[in-house]
Amino acid sequence: MSGADDPTPNKPDPGSTHRDTRGKNADRPGMPGPAPEERPHPEGRRNSQGIRIDPAVEAEHEPRRATISALVEDEPGVLSRVSGLVSRRQFNIESLTVGPTTVEGHSRITMVVEESDPGIDQIEKQLAKLKPVISVGELHDDAVSAELVLLKVRGEEPDKVHAITEMYGGQTLDAGPRTITVQLTGDEQKIDDAIDAFEQFGIIEIARTGQTALSRGDTQTVPGEEPGTSGEPTSHATDVGETTQQPYHDP
Amino acid sequence: MTTRDEPTDSEETAAATGSADAGEPTHEPPSDAATDGGTAAAEADAAEETTEAAATRTPTTGAESVIAALEAAGAETAFGVQGGAIMPVYDALYASSVHHVTMAHEQGAAHAADAYGVVSGETGVCLATSGPGATNLVTGIADASMDSDALLALTGQVPTELVGNDAFQETDTIGVTAPVTKHNYFASGTDTVGDTVGEAFAYAETGRPGPTLVDLPKDVTLGETDRTPKPPEPPAGAEVDPEADPDAVERAARVIEDAERPLCLFGGGVIKSDAADQACRFAHDHGIPVTTTMPGIGSFPENDPLSLSWAGMHGTGYANMAITHTDCLIAVGTRFDDRLTGGIETFAPEAEVIHIDIDPAEISKNVHADHPLIGDAGSVLEQLIAAIDDDPDAEAWRDRCADWKEEYPMTYAMPEDEPLKPQFVVEAFDEATDDDTIVTTGVGQHQMWAAQFWTYTEPRTWVSSHGLGTMGYGVPAAVGARLAADTAGDTDRDVVCFDGDGSFLMTIQELSVAVREDLDITFAVLNNEYIGMVRQWQDAFFEGRHMASEYEWMPEFDKLAEAFGAKGWAVSEYDAVADTIEAALAYDGPSVIDFRIDPAENVYPMVPSGGANGKFALSEEQL
Repeated sequence: MSGADDPTPNKPDPGSTHRDTRGKNADRPGMPGPAPEERPHPEGRRNSQGIRIDPAVEAEHEPRRATISALVEDEPGVLSRVSGLVSRRQFNIESLTVGPTTVEGHSRITMVVEESDPGIDQIEKQLAKLKPVISVGELHDDAVSAELVLLKVRGEEPDKVHAITEMYGGQTLDAGPRTITVQLTGDEQKIDDAIDAFEQFGIIEIARTGQTALSRGDTQTVPGEEPGTSGEPTSHATDVGETTQQPYHDP
Repeated sequence: MTTRDEPTDSEETAAATGSADAGEPTHEPPSDAATDGGTAAAEADAAEETTEAAATRTPTTGAESVIAALEAAGAETAFGVQGGAIMPVYDALYASSVHHVTMAHEQGAAHAADAYGVVSGETGVCLATSGPGATNLVTGIADASMDSDALLALTGQVPTELVGNDAFQETDTIGVTAPVTKHNYFASGTDTVGDTVGEAFAYAETGRPGPTLVDLPKDVTLGETDRTPKPPEPPAGAEVDPEADPDAVERAARVIEDAERPLCLFGGGVIKSDAADQACRFAHDHGIPVTTTMPGIGSFPENDPLSLSWAGMHGTGYANMAITHTDCLIAVGTRFDDRLTGGIETFAPEAEVIHIDIDPAEISKNVHADHPLIGDAGSVLEQLIAAIDDDPDAEAWRDRCADWKEEYPMTYAMPEDEPLKPQFVVEAFDEATDDDTIVTTGVGQHQMWAAQFWTYTEPRTWVSSHGLGTMGYGVPAAVGARLAADTAGDTDRDVVCFDGDGSFLMTIQELSVAVREDLDITFAVLNNEYIGMVRQWQDAFFEGRHMASEYEWMPEFDKLAEAFGAKGWAVSEYDAVADTIEAALAYDGPSVIDFRIDPAENVYPMVPSGGANGKFALSEEQL
């Protein structure tokens, strides 16, 4: 270690006042056996994900975007258990939505994550270990997904705002002399395009729910899920409980 | 403890008044059939008679329901510290068959319960009050979580209506302990609290073991109920299929048959699954050398010719050579901790990995598993034994492993001009005790010497803090281990705690418990007046600056032991070692030997953090 690398440069050399065990040890022969550089060592390596690799083609799984759906028991604290898991294991999460399902006492959590394949596998397995989690699965690329966005823009050009809102199939929720608030739904690409289009009016505030999704066709969204048949439908009047929020309400 | 058998039936009061929460299931009549189901398994044991009697007694309060659930689950011992919010539960313990051991500190209660569980193979139980009681448990719960030990923590909580008000001794125990428990429960109703406690007890030992916690608001435990708790059962879906996919087993069997350099790596899961017999048979039947992880110590006899002892940062040179050169690693019940693997890039770099684990989330978490076999260690090993037709042709490999044992012997020098060597003390203890002796440790250099220079031959004899590395684990763990052995009737079994001076000072107050409970434990303090492992790293990596690692002054532990009411000795000469050990082991009660060891002694071999296992250093200059 050179002086420049010294992590605590202000400390005086304690050698004179402390028992100098380092000096003693440097003289000691240590345990018998060939030194590290004299030992054979295999050529092979693993990558940082623990996968054996051909050193010539060092490949690691690149992060990709994945949508994970989890059916959970709607018990107190379930959302904090899920978010706590995501945070303490340092999973990269882009959005998380929660809402009730047709089965009383069950909620669906939809998470969009940006992780490598082994990371996505870990998220699913760690989620599945949480007691309130009933089933977890990754959605296919062809899944249907949507997000709801509320946009508040300046109201100087109501006609133009209305035209853009129509163009993206949105609805005007509030229109005043100074601001107009519109609602948009759609997949991520559509939402991003719409936001770009509204930029010209000056976006004052924005609120997004994050993506929520279901599998396409009659494929089940999470493994083992029996659509709509495994219990009484959740009525609209049902109290969702303290731990979940509905992603959006019909205006 | 004489008060435990007093009856409480006279305390029975009228039916519940306003304590049942809305939304709870309706009251059910006490079910004898249900209670029988919970205790039938242990009827042979005479001690269970009281358990059964107690479990069939109808509780009158939530607290009695909590204790009835513990009794129905077969809990015989609990460790804890009293306090305001847990008082109703303690009051219910007054008439219980559960033997309660009052610890000096809640951390000690958690560690003692953890060690009790490790030795007995059952869920350990600890109790604490709300606020500081609960937060003091956290270290012990986190320790149990990292080492996958079955532990149930019961914590008092302020009354439900005060929760969230920052009431006296209120802590969000559920929030604080969520990251370090398998699951935790906030008891929400007097009628269901017993069911919850039973479920938490069972869940702790179901599948991959781990700690659970039930937070018990005082109104819930004080409230009245007449419901007998349901028999303890894990939550739906928690049970795991013990057998692995047969096709995957067949594929793994072919890989093992074709291997030239096969190696077993037995982890703590082998011990938790009580699979030491299967592990032994697997290695012997097919002539496969064995390494273990540190928590796996005791899963395979270290005096067996196939044993290479344990691998990892301070594991043997031969274990680390074998794990570096194997072409087929059969890893059982291990999570590939970084202290085992060193740098992941150089870990078993040419091995096809067959990974047996009960927790699917451990598969390919750190090291990619070419052949994951998900199931119980014992069951899957049986499947593998049955599936392997031809032994691998591994004679040359076995010879090579034997050569490494010759090349890198675990020795130490004893020059006349240097103080007492700690390795000598460990070996002398090993020699003076039987194979079934239980060793507990704190964390640091002494722990490594106790692991390296003691020859472990039986499971559940090595009780230590691995994943969390909790200094201070040794003393309370010895208390728990002693009680587990005594409860099982093994009063002649020795319990030896190796501790460092730093670790010892962190939980020394639990000596008072050992004295009060008259526990036959021998504490061996390997005293170098340093946080020795930190000092070793400072010498190697921080140019010898002993910042906050040198104590310079330590109490005289022999005299301190006497002040506690234990027997104490101080030893600094080789000549006195054997005789003092003999006297301490012969002493019927807790005794402490303060071994004044060489403060300059270091632990080797050593794989530096993130280094290659095969490049372990044998001396400081090789680091």
